[in-house]
Amino acid sequence: MVALISVVVLFAVVAYIFLNGMQVISLNFLLKSPNYAALDKGGIFPQIIGSLCLLAVCLLFAVPLGIASGIYLAEYATENIITKSVRFFVECLAGIPSIVIGLFGLIFLVYYLGFGPSMLSGGLALGFMILPWTVRASEEAIKTVPHSYREASLALGASKWQTIRSVVLKSAYPGIITGILLGAGKAIGEAAVILLTTGGLVTYIPHSLLDDVGALPVYIYMVLTVVPASRAVAESYAFGASLVLIMMFLMISVFALFLRNTYVKRMSGSRR
Amino acid sequence: MSKIETRSLNVYYDGGTVHALKGVNIKIEANKITALIGPSGCGKTTFLRALNRMNELNGVKTRGKVLMDGVDIYSRKVDVIQLRKRIGMVFQQPNPFPMSIFDNVAYGPRIHGLRNRKLERIIEESLKKAALWEEVKDRLEESALKLSGGQQQRLCIARALAVNPEVLLFDEPCSALDPVSTARIEALLRELKNDYTIVIVTHNMQQAARVSDFTAFFLMGELIEFGETMQIFEKPRDKRTEDYITGRFG
Amino acid sequence: MSDSECIRTFKFKFRRMELRKEKIIEKLLFVSALSSILIVFFIIAFMLKESIPALALGWDFFFGMTWHPSHEQFGIFPIVVTTFVVGIGALAIAAAIGIPTAIFLAEFSPRWLRNIIKPCVEMLVGIPSIVLGFFGLMVLVVFIRDSFGGYGECILAGWIILAIMTLPHVISISEDSIRAVPKGYKEASLALGATQLQTIRRAILPNARSGILASLILGMGNAVGETMAVLMVIGNPEIPWIPSSILEPVRVLTSTIVLEYSYVVWGSMHQHALFAIGVVLFVIVAIFNLVTTVAVKGRFGATTAIKGVIGSR
Repeated sequence: MVALISVVVLFAVVAYIFLNGMQVISLNFLLKSPNYAALDKGGIFPQIIGSLCLLAVCLLFAVPLGIASGIYLAEYATENIITKSVRFFVECLAGIPSIVIGLFGLIFLVYYLGFGPSMLSGGLALGFMILPWTVRASEEAIKTVPHSYREASLALGASKWQTIRSVVLKSAYPGIITGILLGAGKAIGEAAVILLTTGGLVTYIPHSLLDDVGALPVYIYMVLTVVPASRAVAESYAFGASLVLIMMFLMISVFALFLRNTYVKRMSGSRR
Repeated sequence: MSKIETRSLNVYYDGGTVHALKGVNIKIEANKITALIGPSGCGKTTFLRALNRMNELNGVKTRGKVLMDGVDIYSRKVDVIQLRKRIGMVFQQPNPFPMSIFDNVAYGPRIHGLRNRKLERIIEESLKKAALWEEVKDRLEESALKLSGGQQQRLCIARALAVNPEVLLFDEPCSALDPVSTARIEALLRELKNDYTIVIVTHNMQQAARVSDFTAFFLMGELIEFGETMQIFEKPRDKRTEDYITGRFG
Repeated sequence: MSDSECIRTFKFKFRRMELRKEKIIEKLLFVSALSSILIVFFIIAFMLKESIPALALGWDFFFGMTWHPSHEQFGIFPIVVTTFVVGIGALAIAAAIGIPTAIFLAEFSPRWLRNIIKPCVEMLVGIPSIVLGFFGLMVLVVFIRDSFGGYGECILAGWIILAIMTLPHVISISEDSIRAVPKGYKEASLALGATQLQTIRRAILPNARSGILASLILGMGNAVGETMAVLMVIGNPEIPWIPSSILEPVRVLTSTIVLEYSYVVWGSMHQHALFAIGVVLFVIVAIFNLVTTVAVKGRFGATTAIKGVIGSR
């Protein structure tokens, strides 16, 4: 009985958000810019795009760096003080509360580097947050690639890098993708980091990296706290935005599963 | 003329604590099959892997010379990548990459910079040589992992052939296969020796007797006896060889 | 075979360009691997730099009883106490639900049921914390207000919301460490005539203890560091105090930062104090993580449990 509690909670939350959110969702809601003076006249289009933009910046930062670190740790590094400390610091970074990363983004990216509250600041801060996921996912996935693949490739006269690039990464790809998309799912729902590194009440779509950007989680928070609107309207709009956010998260997860399954189906037979 | 010659080849494992090969001198003839036999842990696989410097991957120390066409392959001037292109290797467990059949065979030529136009001919040629073409020609795009164990091993042979090596090293290629597949591979080996120099490690003495022209018997890291297969199996000169062949140990 | 002549060309010489390329790639990979270290150092450096004036207040900062920025009072003691109260309570609930769930999943559950529960537990991690907080605000807070009185926004609501958030971690790591207990133990115990419940209590749980403990400490770290969900449901009074009932509105470290960062005067003691709160949070969570690692190390199922820790965060 107790075991079912998490199932019940999950369905309760999702169903509740879904039922309430559906009432607000309309083309206008999805495609108009927010109107903070009269909330019910606006929509959340810039926030949807903004969330995707932030995710893109975040992944552009964290994915190459994470995969490269993973390759280094799994393929090149010998067990020594450097690799041990790299692993230790990856753990550290994973353990840092998101609000602290937000504060760091605020002081370092927004003020010190002068990026201001912007897409770049928010995306990079999110990147710091999910970097440990991408590193670990890559390292773990690469380590599960059978040693015999590497030997076969090297025996054919491939260099180490050729072997990694064309055999190891190809086999590790599903694991890496899954890990990255898990990180992406976390990044898209993250509010605290973005709240501190971007502006709050945004009504436009960013045109450059240094433009301010709105995001769905921040929008939900803002609508419920600072935007002057009637309680009922604010709540219903928050429901709508929550639903869209959950949908985006679900799409990322489904996409992850889809990518992995097609790959596995294509490349592995029933034998062995 | 001998294709490969080793001069007092010594190999050490585990930072020098294990002396795996002790002063091996051997001459491997071109276009012949040389079988390496001996009990487990006698150094025959270590010897095989010393020939294309695969031992280096496991942090192994090698002393002595391995001459291929008169050039020491352990010389600092030798590029190990080029060397491994000249000396193909087939492993104990069939280990095709998790890619299509085509991509598996194309892997070698591609990493050596060959582009698509010539690729198809090389692949067809290699698969034909490995006696696999008829079975897979209609499904080159399927995953290699769907093939049976024997087919996978022949695919691995085709993959090695595709980079056009001069020497082929086989590390107990049939130990994971059933008798029918084993027979096919053995027939294939006899076919291939016209074009390649072949060295094969085997656990199975009948196999060595069936396919090889020369046989080398290893024991505890030493080369005990080396000679024509007929002679080794019928009139071994060394007592230990005779004991091993007649099944008194190992 | 003339087709392959081009790949036959074999020269005993270095291919300098390609070797150099490989070296450069290795260097690049190495530098990437160092980036995590660099980021952590930057975080520590900048956080400390910004918070030193506040940390230098010493006793008045850490043990001061009043947080009242407009009166230049920056005592975080009540906030720290509440943070722990909220975290521990949430964890108690999560443990009370999570550990039995883990035992059920590992020992009793039929496969099909596990295949339903497990993904649901994992999906629960995926619900954005702001959405969960919003749900809490709309449902939980209203429910508490109606049934127990008070504001509704209170410790109890925080407990429940945080318990929901830490539950998945507790369940998955505990389950992994229960599964990591060697089958032989279980079979030996059953063969001695112990009932299944006795076996679980005497043979399995003691051996899975370190893993389960790790999951709880880690959950604690997550709970203390969690921001948005808890922020939405605990009320956040203007001037925090040490609560005397679980129905009182409170403030935690994370919510203080979010609520006040936007109107601090840059360079003021208030700003330094907020960053100092960040440092305190960082240190608390780091201690929890360290304890987890130590608790897990060198015990049964250690590797699996660590993997679980790594995998589920």
